[in-house]
Amino acid sequence: MKKLLLSSIIVIIGFTFIGRLSYLQLFRFSPDQILEDPAIKKIYDYPERGYIYDRNGELMVGNQPAYDVMVIPREVQPLDTLEFCSLLGIDKKTFISKMEKARVYSPRLPSVLVPQLSKEDYATLQEKMRHFVGFYIQKRSLRYYTTNSAANVLGYISEVNEWDLQNNPYYVAGELKGRTGIEKQYEEVLRGRKGVKHIQKDRFNRDIGPYKDGKLDTLPEQGTEIHITLDKKLQEYGEKLMHGKRGGIVAIEPKSGEILAMISGPTYDPSLLVGRERSKNYSKLHYDSISKPLFDRSISYEKEPGSPFKTLNALIALQEGVVNPNTKFRCYHGFYVGNTLRGCHCGGGVRDMNSGIYQSCNAYFAGVFRRIYDKYPTTDEGMDVWEKHMKSFGLGNYLGTDLPTGRPGRIPDKNFYDKWYGDGRWAASTIISNAIGQGEIAATPLQLANMTAAIANRGYFYTPHVIKSMGSSGSIDPKYTEPHYTTIDRKHFEPVIEGMANVYKYGTARWIQIPDIEIAGKTGTVENFTKIDGERVQLTDNSVFVAFAPVENPQIALAVYIENGYYGARYAGHIASLLIEKYIKGEITRKDLEKRMLEKTLEHEYAKPYSGEPFKINEYVW
Amino acid sequence: MSGRGLFGRIDWITIFLYALLVFIGWINIYSTSLVDPNLSIFDFSTLYGKQLFFIGLAALGIILVLFVESNFFERFASIFYIISILLLLGLFVFGKTIAGATSWYNLGFFNLQPSELAKVATALALAKFLSDIQTDIRTGRHQMYALAIVLVPALLILPQPDPGSALIYFSFFFVLFREGFPLYYLGILIFMVILFATTLMFGTVWVAIGLIILTILVYTFKKASLKIPVLPVIGVIVLSILFSLSVDFVYENVFEQRHRDRIALWLSLEKDENKLEEIRKTIGYNTYQSEKAIESGGFFGKGFLEGTRTKGDFVPEQHTDYIFSSVGEEWGFLGTVTVILLFSVFFLRLIHIAERQKSDFSRMYGYGVISILVFHYFINIGMVIGLLPTIGVPLPFFSYGGSGLIFFTMLLFIFLKLDSNRLKDGI
Repeated sequence: MKKLLLSSIIVIIGFTFIGRLSYLQLFRFSPDQILEDPAIKKIYDYPERGYIYDRNGELMVGNQPAYDVMVIPREVQPLDTLEFCSLLGIDKKTFISKMEKARVYSPRLPSVLVPQLSKEDYATLQEKMRHFVGFYIQKRSLRYYTTNSAANVLGYISEVNEWDLQNNPYYVAGELKGRTGIEKQYEEVLRGRKGVKHIQKDRFNRDIGPYKDGKLDTLPEQGTEIHITLDKKLQEYGEKLMHGKRGGIVAIEPKSGEILAMISGPTYDPSLLVGRERSKNYSKLHYDSISKPLFDRSISYEKEPGSPFKTLNALIALQEGVVNPNTKFRCYHGFYVGNTLRGCHCGGGVRDMNSGIYQSCNAYFAGVFRRIYDKYPTTDEGMDVWEKHMKSFGLGNYLGTDLPTGRPGRIPDKNFYDKWYGDGRWAASTIISNAIGQGEIAATPLQLANMTAAIANRGYFYTPHVIKSMGSSGSIDPKYTEPHYTTIDRKHFEPVIEGMANVYKYGTARWIQIPDIEIAGKTGTVENFTKIDGERVQLTDNSVFVAFAPVENPQIALAVYIENGYYGARYAGHIASLLIEKYIKGEITRKDLEKRMLEKTLEHEYAKPYSGEPFKINEYVW
Repeated sequence: MSGRGLFGRIDWITIFLYALLVFIGWINIYSTSLVDPNLSIFDFSTLYGKQLFFIGLAALGIILVLFVESNFFERFASIFYIISILLLLGLFVFGKTIAGATSWYNLGFFNLQPSELAKVATALALAKFLSDIQTDIRTGRHQMYALAIVLVPALLILPQPDPGSALIYFSFFFVLFREGFPLYYLGILIFMVILFATTLMFGTVWVAIGLIILTILVYTFKKASLKIPVLPVIGVIVLSILFSLSVDFVYENVFEQRHRDRIALWLSLEKDENKLEEIRKTIGYNTYQSEKAIESGGFFGKGFLEGTRTKGDFVPEQHTDYIFSSVGEEWGFLGTVTVILLFSVFFLRLIHIAERQKSDFSRMYGYGVISILVFHYFINIGMVIGLLPTIGVPLPFFSYGGSGLIFFTMLLFIFLKLDSNRLKDGI
């Protein structure tokens, strides 16, 4: 026993030590400890964010320098707070609270004290900076816009927040990140990769040279410049036309699915969200709950599409073989559902497909719609077929556009109505509003433009996208270069397109023809309602227009949706007509038409629901 | 055998292990104190250069020791002891103060720490006293003498103040136990430490309840044949509770605040997580940094000269008391386990050597050497890896420092010299 005492103690000590070391070095060890190693400081070298050009190579977004005042709390030495505050242009209370926030975030990591000084402020501050130990100036680059349009498409960048910091280890406090639009979608392409230098520090936080001789250091990778599909001139022109109007416009090049213009009204100047005024301006835009400038109506505004939808019902009926172009229906200035007469503006009489489309006859399409359902033994089967055809046009679901926002719209299915009316308690006549694009259907202007592009292509479309090329290689995601075929055969498109062309020749849009360009289009006048003090109130109809041109070899397909613009041919039709001319001819020949659109606003319509007075709708003010 | 001369008879395994430990120690001192890689390793302005010089001195010491007659050490043990006691006393008048402790004589080129010398002298004196034919360790009087030999230098070192070195003298108890000093003394000591710690952690009431429950359990589950008298057990319990009651008083009045902080940290007495973290980063700063450095080494370590915390000088006193943290950071789990195993094998080899001595003096001296080395090793590494409270003692053969290295070397080689002579002892 006494001989073994010391030996056993040595063995026990050995095991205890190895046990403790296993705990420390095997269990508690984690390989990414280098991130929090106090002995290593990282210094970043920021690349310039990639420029954004339009489809014609015109610069839309560039960069400008800005200067952030940074602080490392534990290095701060006593300072003349008053002088420093006046140099920074902040008050003492703000200074103290920002310092406290920085200290709480981390005493040894840099935090932003004052973001984005202007060049002038920077110049005066720079000379005195050496008096303020623990503070330094970090140069950053901010966005610079050569256009005042396309704010919602381009998106904006802003400082990373705590959520970003926790969820993406790439970002460090004070860095900028794309928040919406293209800036968000192509964040990783545009931002490039910052370079990192690792510096070995001692415990007094002094630099004692590069860590591992710079083996882990990386050089910054420049942000990639990207070309987008927007046409800057068309975009700017469209936004001018939208002055004083609410709604969304999307124009697409049918043969490629490239989005030529994406306009939401009202909008804002993208330069507002850059620099020190950013947060003030942002709050203003964010809290404007009436005109909602940050809400992108071109992609997120889902509403009943109205009459343009008739073209699809015509195509489905042809595909199903339940009508031919000469099949006729009579219009009694409306049509009967049971014993109720539902109205029609077309003037009445016998309608075939051609005149049904160009006069936008509700009765004709109610007849067509019933035929589609009557072909099948049960309404459920008819509904399934109809839904399948509709969805093949990119309706009722997200399109997969390369923009981070958007809405799916809605194509109702049998489950939807089973839930609404009860199983077996509805039929084609119950949902007859869908025949004319009202009822339970909803689509965004983007979806309407895409649907029009599919008609223009006679049966297929490319997923609409805004990316044209990235960097020098120029390649984009292959999903944007693959055609999506609709369920309608090519031959059925001609009669419908003929009807759409006649909309301009003899129909609802004959006043807004463009000399030398043959256009196919379709008007829409959509009833709409709002709630005022809990009561459902009807507002002036929404003005909708879809069109493509030229009819042969289409170069542009577009959808214009103007809230409370009354007849489709009015605001929406005019704007569509002007945009087509601008895009195809490059100039406007019909100056009177242009002048009218630039001057007329719908502010009086938008004020009505807020006036607190009873108001009239659909007045003939023009 | 006797014909083979000194080099044939000396234990080369031990020498090899010793050399390996010194070498690994120096490598790590090099790493912790390297500033400019262009300087020569013999540059005496650097710590590693100085340590190399001390290793040279130690080698000279080895040669000196090996060429002295074996029985010189036994014969002059008492004289050495008296000289070292005088040197310790002299510190009160002539001592040089470094880092708050008056523990050194300034010899110009070299600071001599007599407490290191005293360890060698005490080991020799204790061995000599115990091996004396007239000494009987079973008698109380001789037990008192033995204790006095150990405790006098300890009590002289304590007020320097150098509680770490004083504590080392407790290691001589292992010699006493080996030579028949009753083992239950050790039991009582351990029991008191446990009582002390548990009282601080849970309070006297719970300790008393625990003791009573333990006693009941023992009585319930013991073999029926085993008779344990009741009265003495009750006596022990009462004494324990009295001791437990005195703990708070001792803790609050005898210990200083820094001791209390270290103990509080060690036993996690502070219940508030944030406050505990705060203590860990202030009072426990050294240990905190040392643990972090070891932890960051992982399994393979960061590599020689690649330890970021070692380079950044984050662990204070890393080249002396905290040298093991450098092993942990740069050589990882592989390195630390290797060093632990190396020390363990080294100690077991020394025990093996001690047990084969025919001369009682040699064996007892050997046990003294081993006990001192093991005690240093246990307290030092235990502290560096956060198992024990902070007590400043060096890691033998590893830590930077001339006195330490030279006296540990002398201590060891005197034993090896005695061992090389063991076959003559019988004659």
